[in-house]
Amino acid sequence: MDDMLNTQGHVRLGSSAGQPLTRRDGILKVTGAAPYAADARPEGVLHAVTLAAGIARGRVARLNSAAAEAHPGVVKVYTPANTPALAVSPDEKIHPFVWRMEVLQDDRVRYAGQPIAMVVAETLEAATEAARLLAPDYEAEPHRVTLDDAEPFDTETTAFGRPANMTKGDLATARATSSRHVTTQVDTSAQYHNAMEPHAITAQWVGDRLEIDTPNQAIGLSKQTFSAFLGIAPEQILLRSPFIGGGFGSKAILYGAQLLTILAARDLERPVKLALRRDQVYGPTGHRAPTRQTLRIDMDDMGRITALDHDTITLTSSFDQFLESASNASHSLYAAPVLRTTHHGRRADVGTPGPMRAPGEAPGSAALEIAMDEAARAAGLDPLDFRLLNHADTDPASGMSFSSKALRECYAEAAGRFGWAGRPQEPRQMREGRLLKGWGMGTAQFPCPMFQAAAHATLRADGSAVVETSAADMGQGAWTALAQIAADGLGIDIDKVEFRSGHSDLPDAGVAGGSGHTATAGTALFNAGSDAVRQLADLATQDPASPLFGAGNAGVTARSGRLWRNDDDRSEAYEDILARAGLELIRGEGTGAREGEPTHAMFSHGAVFAEVLVDPDLGQVRVSRLIGAFAAGRIINPALARSQLLGGMIWGIGMALQEEALHDTRSGRFVNNDLAGYHVPVNADAPMVEAITVHEDDPFVNALGIKGVGEIGVTGTVGAIGNAVWHATGVRPGRFPIHPETLI
Amino acid sequence: MNRFDYARADSIGAAIAAAGTPGGSFLAGGTNLLDLMKIGAATPERLIDISRLPLDRIEDTDGGLRIGAMVRNADIARHPEVLARYPALAEALLSGASAQLRNAATTGGNVMQATRCSYFQDPLSPCNRREPGSGCGALGGRTRNHAVLGWDEGCIAVHPSDMCVALAAYDAVVEITGPEGSRDVPMATFHPLPDAAGAGTPALAEGEIVTHIRLPDPGGMARNARYLKLRERTSFAFALVSAAAALEIRDGVIVSARLALGGVAARPWRCHEAEAMLVGMVPTRGSFTVAAAEALTGATPSGDNAHKIELARRIAVRALDLAAAGTPDRLPALPASAFAGEDNG
Amino acid sequence: MTSTLNITINGAPHEIALDDPRATLLDVLRERLGLTGTKKGCDRGQCGACTVLIDGRRMNACLALALSHDWAEVTTIEGLAEGDTLHPVQQAFIAHDGFQCGYCTPGQIMSAVGLIAEGEAGLDPERVREGMSGNICRCAAYAGITDAVLEATRASGTRTEDERTDA
Repeated sequence: MDDMLNTQGHVRLGSSAGQPLTRRDGILKVTGAAPYAADARPEGVLHAVTLAAGIARGRVARLNSAAAEAHPGVVKVYTPANTPALAVSPDEKIHPFVWRMEVLQDDRVRYAGQPIAMVVAETLEAATEAARLLAPDYEAEPHRVTLDDAEPFDTETTAFGRPANMTKGDLATARATSSRHVTTQVDTSAQYHNAMEPHAITAQWVGDRLEIDTPNQAIGLSKQTFSAFLGIAPEQILLRSPFIGGGFGSKAILYGAQLLTILAARDLERPVKLALRRDQVYGPTGHRAPTRQTLRIDMDDMGRITALDHDTITLTSSFDQFLESASNASHSLYAAPVLRTTHHGRRADVGTPGPMRAPGEAPGSAALEIAMDEAARAAGLDPLDFRLLNHADTDPASGMSFSSKALRECYAEAAGRFGWAGRPQEPRQMREGRLLKGWGMGTAQFPCPMFQAAAHATLRADGSAVVETSAADMGQGAWTALAQIAADGLGIDIDKVEFRSGHSDLPDAGVAGGSGHTATAGTALFNAGSDAVRQLADLATQDPASPLFGAGNAGVTARSGRLWRNDDDRSEAYEDILARAGLELIRGEGTGAREGEPTHAMFSHGAVFAEVLVDPDLGQVRVSRLIGAFAAGRIINPALARSQLLGGMIWGIGMALQEEALHDTRSGRFVNNDLAGYHVPVNADAPMVEAITVHEDDPFVNALGIKGVGEIGVTGTVGAIGNAVWHATGVRPGRFPIHPETLI
Repeated sequence: MNRFDYARADSIGAAIAAAGTPGGSFLAGGTNLLDLMKIGAATPERLIDISRLPLDRIEDTDGGLRIGAMVRNADIARHPEVLARYPALAEALLSGASAQLRNAATTGGNVMQATRCSYFQDPLSPCNRREPGSGCGALGGRTRNHAVLGWDEGCIAVHPSDMCVALAAYDAVVEITGPEGSRDVPMATFHPLPDAAGAGTPALAEGEIVTHIRLPDPGGMARNARYLKLRERTSFAFALVSAAAALEIRDGVIVSARLALGGVAARPWRCHEAEAMLVGMVPTRGSFTVAAAEALTGATPSGDNAHKIELARRIAVRALDLAAAGTPDRLPALPASAFAGEDNG
Repeated sequence: MTSTLNITINGAPHEIALDDPRATLLDVLRERLGLTGTKKGCDRGQCGACTVLIDGRRMNACLALALSHDWAEVTTIEGLAEGDTLHPVQQAFIAHDGFQCGYCTPGQIMSAVGLIAEGEAGLDPERVREGMSGNICRCAAYAGITDAVLEATRASGTRTEDERTDA
């Protein structure tokens, strides 16, 4: 794998950070050679297929194992009766990112789609059919699967342990003294990640070492999790995840069928491969829960917000706790002197939701931006003017200054490019032919977290380097962007950098999520490179034979594979320094994390403008133009960042107009758990999408000034589309996705 | 999928003979049958592969066309005579599925395709269509996409085809051959309407096979025909509702009209009364509105889908509007789409 | 019962003893021949990740029963480049960043090759978008995909309907 990735398969358009290099893994991806987990075919591999529960609550009374076992090619059928035990309880929370593991440890059914058995066979065809032949009988119990009938469940914390409720200032007084207010209710629907690669794992035991190929967004953390549930040492596990066929959060959390496959491989002493069918990712692998959000915005005579109150009701499973923290989207975006955010959970018989691209922020922003447009209308102001009037110069929630915030520039840049000026205030004023045309906007915001990462950077005698960290590429471009940063850290050309990544024998790169992976892993790589260069500088500046002698460590600069004196133009090549010192290599180590308590509020920002066309007779909507400008700190690779931002914005189209997973409330099963019934955007849905990045230097967010671009594109966009639909039709969307029939 | 025996039929006679015993299914393009087998909604014991039967030609007949059952959907859609004389058929085909599926799917398979009702597709749900006598799982469930015309409590599913809607409008005839010989059935009545017991009696008897679709001379309607389809994304989605419309207009007056609706019933819904009403009228939106109202006269919601009645009425008006405006020389980039472009003016 | 499947893949004839008639072309490619470049995204013709050329036409390998394609000529992503020289569509996908995670990419590229061969979309971006809508990209690299297809169409030198009418 590492060798394969040494191919310099990209087009050089410049060098290192800031340059729009094409992807280093491009050739692998366009030739079909990039290996994904289900592509693994170890000698003697068996195929596993799980059986998904057909009821939402109850127990499995009977499985026809005999019929399944009798099917030609079947090796073994796993049920609660014969599945090996886990080392710890399936409910064990060894860290906050563990959901209950459904590994056939009991016969309970907690949601439709839960794995209740697994067949292992010599062929995929045999395993698939044998799973069907298990034909379970159930003892069903009454279930609840929707927000409307689920059981109230209040908790102190939402997703990732954040406080569920927050109040700042005196709401009652603010309301009493405000001159006007608007109340808005917006529902958002259950969404499923639907990464193009369904979840998969190939597991094999080599002696007492476990080798697994599985797409994973948190390689180091997952190794710990596997180790705890299997009762083996982390060192016994090699987890390979060089390419993730889309993650969006769904491959950050482990799920039971992975463990089940590993247990089967150990039990059968053969490699076992499990690839979930598309319908089977609905339930066990997380989703974005539906929300019902109510916002009240109070204003003074001028239209300045005096109080912002944002409440979210959302759904979680009956056994775990992950609440979509939608109300938090109101914490730091607009200058509300009085602020209250609340969350109310409800429990239902569904799989546990989880992080999905811009978790919390996406539905929260969607509702907030609709409310902001209603407030702007109540204030008699243009939506952009209203947002500028209520621009937060400091973070309303924390009171801190922003580490950087080029939001005003984003508004100006995107509005200018879009042609916002002159937009009629009233709806139904614009047409394109017979189609109604509307313009809407929304503000984008996403926090800039950092996790923990470590990296190694080794300079070699020939002046090349190998850098190592277990980063995860799910399309954001880790193989390229992180190598660019590493090259800069080492002061060498990127073509001399061999980047080893994507497996768990390397230093932990932290989580690929929260838009923090490039910042975190990048910082570790940069620091590792700097550490190697520091050692090299020590060697040279203390060596009388070097032209750098006596310059001091701080007196030299690394550039183009050489160390240069700052006080004159003498320099020495890395390979010469190493040769004279008789060293084959110098290895640097680095870590990436945010140190100390934050002194600033740190967010990426953006402004998204949408134009929609709506058929006045049929209510069908098409987003004809979508233009966003984003300030996200330092952009490591503009081409890759653009792709990320465009992707996020198109996710906004899906959320605004299409995506909605539905259960039959009677059976508790999904009615549209496939890609024909659950619509995600296709090419024709995005005729013109443009992402602009606005320059932003941020001295506080991290040493590299990186803020992240993976998720912000979704925020702002959903609301912008909803507001454009209002502008076209006069109908204010009360729920997403917007159905055509609500617009006629 | 279940294990099955596979055999290829080299002649129509062999296919009919092979299908004469229970448990057999014809396999052509596979785009529907294999899908149903994968989800357990079809479990044939034998597959009779008819994909290589010599039914892969489009022939000129006296003023019309005769399309073999094995002609791929894409090949109908790009056939010059189809584009010239039956543009609404080409437009309907191009608005359906994806280019890949259209390259594989056959005429006969398209006609014979199963409903996409999610309850039919879920073997754990009751379904009279899949398992006669088990009941209708959709009734009282998620019914936003279900029928508003011709339904019965035995089944509220809709037929998913776009092609068949256009064919019904063009008075196409389905040619059937079987052990008892050959017969013709009009496309508009080929698919049975459901009854209290279920999905109705299938058009094909045991051992019968669709061999051709025959299209009569379109006469003066050739360049006033369109297909329009409402869907929830711009492409690659089944119709919420759709309409095929064709008009012959002489001296500013409609002398002949065709209207068929899709997504509303278990069959493409041909609107004869509305058509009759249009004859003699001036092709205006007012006329079309009156006719469309007539077309939906008997419509009733089968669940949470009253909106489909209004949408169907509206799409009928729009399709007639488009037909009156004339078929463009080249089909639009987004066939059958509200956003097709050139008709927006 | 074992059947024999004669099939030419990327120019090489194969005679495959199929012990199970249920195998789809996709699973034969991936699990029996090790040609794993063709991806499974839905297995139901709903995503396009498994697109290959069968006798020159783009189709979903997941809905092609292998035995039904006896004597067919199949081109997969592995058969597109000539040695180290990428096919123009592959080159264009890299140049325009027409992918992110890469999972749908083989299907997108095979679909684009099929689309260009059909010659009906030409240089009309809207026709390309429509023609590529059978290939879902959840990363939503659609802008890059469309630009890549347009560039590869230009490079292919095929005289298209658009060029004729727009000239």
